[in-house]
Amino acid sequence: MLKMDGVTKVYRTDVVQTYALRNFDLDVKEGEFVAVMGPSGSGKTTFLNIAGLLESFDSGHYFLDGENVSALGDDKRSRIRNERIGFIFQSFNLIPDLNVHDNVEVPLRYRRMKSGERQQRVREVLEVVGLASRMKHLPSQLSGGQQQRVAIARALAGEPRVLFADEPTGNLDSLMARQILDLLEGINEDGTTIVMVTHDSELARRAHRSVHLLDGQLMDPEVTVLGAEHGEATASP
Amino acid sequence: MFSYNLRLALRSMRRTPILSALMIGAIGIGIGVSTTTLTVYHLRSGNPIPQKSGQLYAVQLDNWSPNEPYGGTSDHLPTQVTYRDATNLMRLGKAKRQNASYITSMTVIPHNRNQKPFHVISRVTYNDFFPMFDVPFQYGGPWGDADNSSRAQVVVLSHELNEKLFGGANSVGKDVRLDGNRFRIVGVLKHWEPTPHFYDLENDSFGDSEDAYIPFDLTVPLKLQSAGNNSCWGNGSDHSFEGHLESECVWIQFWAELPTASARARYHQFLGNYVRDQKKAGRFPRPVKTSLRNVMQWIAYNGVVGNDTRSLVGLSFMFLLVCVLNTIGLILAKFMRRSGEIGLRRALGASRHALFRQYLVESAVIGVSGGAVGLLLGWAGLFGVRSLLGGNAARIAHLDWTMIGISLLLAIAASVAAGLYPAWRVVRIPPAAYLKTQ
Repeated sequence: MLKMDGVTKVYRTDVVQTYALRNFDLDVKEGEFVAVMGPSGSGKTTFLNIAGLLESFDSGHYFLDGENVSALGDDKRSRIRNERIGFIFQSFNLIPDLNVHDNVEVPLRYRRMKSGERQQRVREVLEVVGLASRMKHLPSQLSGGQQQRVAIARALAGEPRVLFADEPTGNLDSLMARQILDLLEGINEDGTTIVMVTHDSELARRAHRSVHLLDGQLMDPEVTVLGAEHGEATASP
Repeated sequence: MFSYNLRLALRSMRRTPILSALMIGAIGIGIGVSTTTLTVYHLRSGNPIPQKSGQLYAVQLDNWSPNEPYGGTSDHLPTQVTYRDATNLMRLGKAKRQNASYITSMTVIPHNRNQKPFHVISRVTYNDFFPMFDVPFQYGGPWGDADNSSRAQVVVLSHELNEKLFGGANSVGKDVRLDGNRFRIVGVLKHWEPTPHFYDLENDSFGDSEDAYIPFDLTVPLKLQSAGNNSCWGNGSDHSFEGHLESECVWIQFWAELPTASARARYHQFLGNYVRDQKKAGRFPRPVKTSLRNVMQWIAYNGVVGNDTRSLVGLSFMFLLVCVLNTIGLILAKFMRRSGEIGLRRALGASRHALFRQYLVESAVIGVSGGAVGLLLGWAGLFGVRSLLGGNAARIAHLDWTMIGISLLLAIAASVAAGLYPAWRVVRIPPAAYLKTQ
C-alpha cells in the first residue's frame, strides 16, 4: 500500500541544512494500522506530509498503492490526495464558518460529485461517526470529540485507501480519545489502511505495529504483529 | 463549481466585513472617478449616427486667399462653404443625397396672446436634411421638392417647440408666425438630439438642436441672415445681403450622402472638376484641394473631444491603478489570513488551479460590489458635473447602459487584476506550511 525507499528530506537555510528524514524506508501493507512514534523534532510530521503528498522530498522513491508518486505534478498529486488519501489532524482543522455537512462535503466538491450522490455520501459517513443529527451545527457548537468525529467523517467521505492521522487524540481528554481510537479501529477493520503519527505509547499499542523515528531515521526496528490476517509488516533503517 | 465558489466568496465577505468594505470602497472610488470622466469622454466621442456615419461626408473646398491659407484647421481647408458653392453643388446634385444648411435666428409670435414672442434658432436647409440624417418625425414629414422650388413658406417644428406652441398636439396644417411671416407646419419631429451635433460643429457641438427647419430657397426672398460662424478672407463682402451671398465668405455646412466607396470616389472627382471649372471663372486662387470626411472623421478633425478630456480620463485611470494597488494589499492580507483553510483544502484534494479560480471568483465578487458602489459614486460625480457646469453639461453628463456595462466590466477587471497576485501567491505555498499554522 505504502512503500518508501531511501527517502531523504533536507530543509536548507543560508547557514544550515537539517535532515528531517534520512534514507527513510517503510513498507505498510494494505489493511494495516501502523503507529509512527518519536519525540518532537524526530521527523514524524515531515514523514506524514510526504506520505500524504503534501510535501516533496529530495531523494528516494515513494510508491503509493503501487504507483510511483515521487515526482508527480500538482494536479495529479491533488487528485490522489482527493481520491485515495484521508487526513485526520490533531487540531481537527474544520473550517469554522462551514457547518458539519459543508465541512464533510469539501473533498467531494473537488471530486465534482453530483449533488444527490454527495448528500447521500455525507449522510452515510456522518451516520458512521454518529453525528447525522448535527449536520447543520457549526464546529463551534460541538465538543472536541465531536469535532474530531466530523474530521474523521470528512476523511472517510472520499472512501480513501489510506488514512493519515497526526496525533488524532492529542487535543482530547482520555474518554473522548478512547472513543476516537475505537472509531479508528472500526474503520481499519473495515479495510482502510491507517498510518498514525503519535508520541503516545498507549495509543501506539492499539496499532498493529509501531515504528520509531529519531533524527529523521528509523531506529531499533520493532515489528509487532497483532493479527495474523494482516500479514507480516517490516521496517528497516 | 462556480456556484460553490460564489457561495464561498459571499461567506468570506460576511466573515471579514470591514476588510471587505475597505476593498469594495477602494475599487468603488476608483471606478466612480473613472466612470465620471469616461462617461463625459464617451458621450463627447460617441457616434451620433452609427447606422450611416460611414456614408455621410462633410464637404470641404479650398476657396481661400492666395496670400495666406485658411488658419482654422490642420490642413488649411475651410470647414464651411460659400453660398455660391452650396447652391451650385446642390444644383449639380451628384450624390445620392446632399444638403446645404445654416442656422438663422427668428422670433416666434404665438397665437396665444398670453404667450410672449420668443426667440428661436431655425435651420435653413434643403428637405434632404431629414432622410439624410435619419431625423425622426412625430407628425407629418419633410416638405416636398415642389415646396423647395416654389419657395413655399413651410416649416418643420422640433418636438420641443411644438410642445411649447401647441401643447404637443398634432399641429400639421396649422400656421406659425416666424419673424412676421406665416409658415405652414408640414411636420413635427420627435425628440432628436444627436450628440455631438455632428452636422454643424461650427455652432456649439453640444448645443440644442434647432427649434424649426425652413426651406433653403427662402434665403433670398426672406433675406435670411446666418446666425452662425462666418469666415471671410480679403475684404469679405460689401456688407449688403446680396454682396454677402456673392462673397467668398464661408458660412454654410455642406454634406453629401455617398453609400459606396465608388460613389465617394466619383464625388471626390466631381468636386475636383467643380473647383477647376470655378478657377476658369476666376475663383479658387489656391491649388485644387477638396476633402470628404465621414461623420467620425469629421468629429475627430474638429477636435470635439479635447485634449483636456483625454488627460482627465488618463488621470482617472491612474487613480484607478492606485486604488487597484491598494486593493492588492488588502486582498493579500485577507487571503493570507485564511492560509490555514487554503492548506486544508489543498490537503483534501483541491488543486492549485481550483483554489486559484476560487480566489479569483472572490475577487470578481468584490469587483461587482465595488462596481455598484462606483456607479453610485459616478452618478453622484456626474450630478456634480451637471450642477457645476450647467447648460450643455446636463446632456453630456448622464449614465447610459453602455457606460453602466463598461463600468461594471472595468470594476470586475480591476478587482480580478488586483486578486491575481494574491491568489497566485497563496496557492504557491506548499500546503504543509499552511497546515502547521492551523
